[in-house]
Amino acid sequence: MTKIDRETALSLYRVMRTIRRFEQRSTTLFGENKIWGTIHSYAGEEGIAAGVCAHLRDDDWITSTHRGHGHCIAKRADLGKMFAELLGRETGYCRGRGGSMHIADTSKGNLGANGIVGGGIPIATGAALTAKQLGTDQVAVSFFGDGAANQGTFHESLNLAAIWKLPAIYVCENNQYAESFPADKAFAVKDIAIRAAGYGMPGVHVDGLDVRAVYEAAGEAVARARSGAGPTLLVCESYRHEGHYYGDPRKYQSKDEIEGWRARYDPLVDCRGWIVADKLATEADLDAIDREIDDEMERAVAWAETGPLASPIKLPEDVYAG
Amino acid sequence: MPARPSARAAPSGIGAGAVTPTTGAVTSTEGATREMFYAEALNDALRLEMRRDPRVLVIGEDIAEHGGAFQVTAGLLDEFGPERIRQTPISEIGIVGAGVGAALTGLRPVVELMYVDFAGLAMDQLVNQAAQNRFMFGGQARVPMVLRTQGGSGRGNAAQHSKSLEAWFAHVAGLKLVMPSTPADAKGLLTASIRDDNPVIFLEHKLLYRTKGSVPVGEHVVPLGTAEVKRAGTDLTIVTWSREVLFCLEAAEKLSADGIEAEVIDLRTLVPLDTEAVLASVRKTHRALVVHEAIRRAGYGAEIAATIAEEAFDSLDAPPRRLAGLETPIPYAAHLEKTVIPQVEDIVRVAKELVA
Repeated sequence: MTKIDRETALSLYRVMRTIRRFEQRSTTLFGENKIWGTIHSYAGEEGIAAGVCAHLRDDDWITSTHRGHGHCIAKRADLGKMFAELLGRETGYCRGRGGSMHIADTSKGNLGANGIVGGGIPIATGAALTAKQLGTDQVAVSFFGDGAANQGTFHESLNLAAIWKLPAIYVCENNQYAESFPADKAFAVKDIAIRAAGYGMPGVHVDGLDVRAVYEAAGEAVARARSGAGPTLLVCESYRHEGHYYGDPRKYQSKDEIEGWRARYDPLVDCRGWIVADKLATEADLDAIDREIDDEMERAVAWAETGPLASPIKLPEDVYAG
Repeated sequence: MPARPSARAAPSGIGAGAVTPTTGAVTSTEGATREMFYAEALNDALRLEMRRDPRVLVIGEDIAEHGGAFQVTAGLLDEFGPERIRQTPISEIGIVGAGVGAALTGLRPVVELMYVDFAGLAMDQLVNQAAQNRFMFGGQARVPMVLRTQGGSGRGNAAQHSKSLEAWFAHVAGLKLVMPSTPADAKGLLTASIRDDNPVIFLEHKLLYRTKGSVPVGEHVVPLGTAEVKRAGTDLTIVTWSREVLFCLEAAEKLSADGIEAEVIDLRTLVPLDTEAVLASVRKTHRALVVHEAIRRAGYGAEIAATIAEEAFDSLDAPPRRLAGLETPIPYAAHLEKTVIPQVEDIVRVAKELVA
């Protein structure tokens, strides 16, 4: 494993801790009936978004998923505008038209969360095509879950990217469940990454709970894409701490499983552990970062709550570009 | 660029009259035209737009050496190379989705689907992604993509290669929908579609590719959302689009021989709809017949008939009529195929009933 310096380590930790706190805070807001519809927590998977996006510039593109808050934050979104969107405010990223499942921030290359499982995979492929066509060194990353790896879009897009040598990175976040369906029943192969061989691209399998492993593997995949050598499939094993959605009764999981996995597989705890063990920072340093993040989060929520409610729909301009 | 009306293909030679909302059409070479097949006119539009804007590329199956299933991209590979005439494996949702992603990030892709019947394989990218990205993202996105495909029956291709599916697309907020009937309109509307910043579904008809007409040379733009009176008349209004325009014009000539003058309106663009052109004509003729090849149930004709009934009820001397395809898949055998879509004699018969 490559050595991670203090600055990188703390930056990864900060992103992961911000995502965790954002999910906790939105859950509270949901419980207070301030958030409408549904939200899907990324808690437990933070190391993947943080480790991958650490290699991305603002002009690199990502496509995200219904479980998209983490990707959005790792791609350096504004927390206030994210909360404002969840609260249905005009000041939200999508002016209250999109909500949690459609947050996009095109100024940072985030082409949107996506309510359709596998819906973002071809879109990221098209973004990578743009980079290739225009001769830039931008890359496109598609984040998707184990569920999406069984959609047709996965197959068609990975093949297109491989034959065209597109600068794309396909990041499969295997959180072990496609909604309620466990991955060990949905795949006849243990390692989804072996599918890459069928497309003629590298397939890399890492422990998504260890942000260092994700960071290292993503660094290689992004460098490969930027250099024009083509796409990579990066499969990151993880565990979804919460249910599929807020309020999921989780009848498909035992209590022992949930509590056991949550305790054993927490990327944030793991990250704190090696940062302290490698003497990159002390527990006290990390606690100070936590307090900063918690304060920043409260400021973001307060700002979002004071924003005006989303303006009425205007036709045709809300729907059609003029 | 001088604004002047587009060349007309009205076989009757009758002027279009006051209701023609085609001002705003643009052609660069004053008056010069050339006889072209519909497929050639589309090819001409693609070629000129690709020369004009390096962000335009074509993505699709069999579009390179083969020139497309209907020869619309013939010769383009030689001029623009394999990067811009980007031939793909048979992967409809992958192709359309790549088009959406490319459009979101700065290109202006023209995606070709060989048959509209294959749109089912790609529908998520059209409906949930392309059409809605702008709205869902609060105005942050534009999807300047054209999906070119063709539909319609009459060539013995049977049920999976002959449908008219415009109603599917018309029902989705965020898409534009274009269905040209003449070579000149094919060129002018495709040019406008490529320049539009929204996803445009551009539906050609397989039996129009080998029809010929006079097409403006050089730049030719027909603005989206403008219907055209293809034949002026006083006794009834026939609203139609795509290949049925040709049938309606032929029917109008037969009706004229019997002393009935039908005004034939070619919608050209279904979304946005040129409602004013339709209503102005109906207010003049007091009778309306809508003719289309797609099946009648929940067809786009219902939208037209309802709009006329709501907006021009007081002008009507009879209820609006619809003449459309039977509620059946398209059959194979040549003699059966004709029985399920409106033919010239059907149009004549219903028009006579309407004015009786």
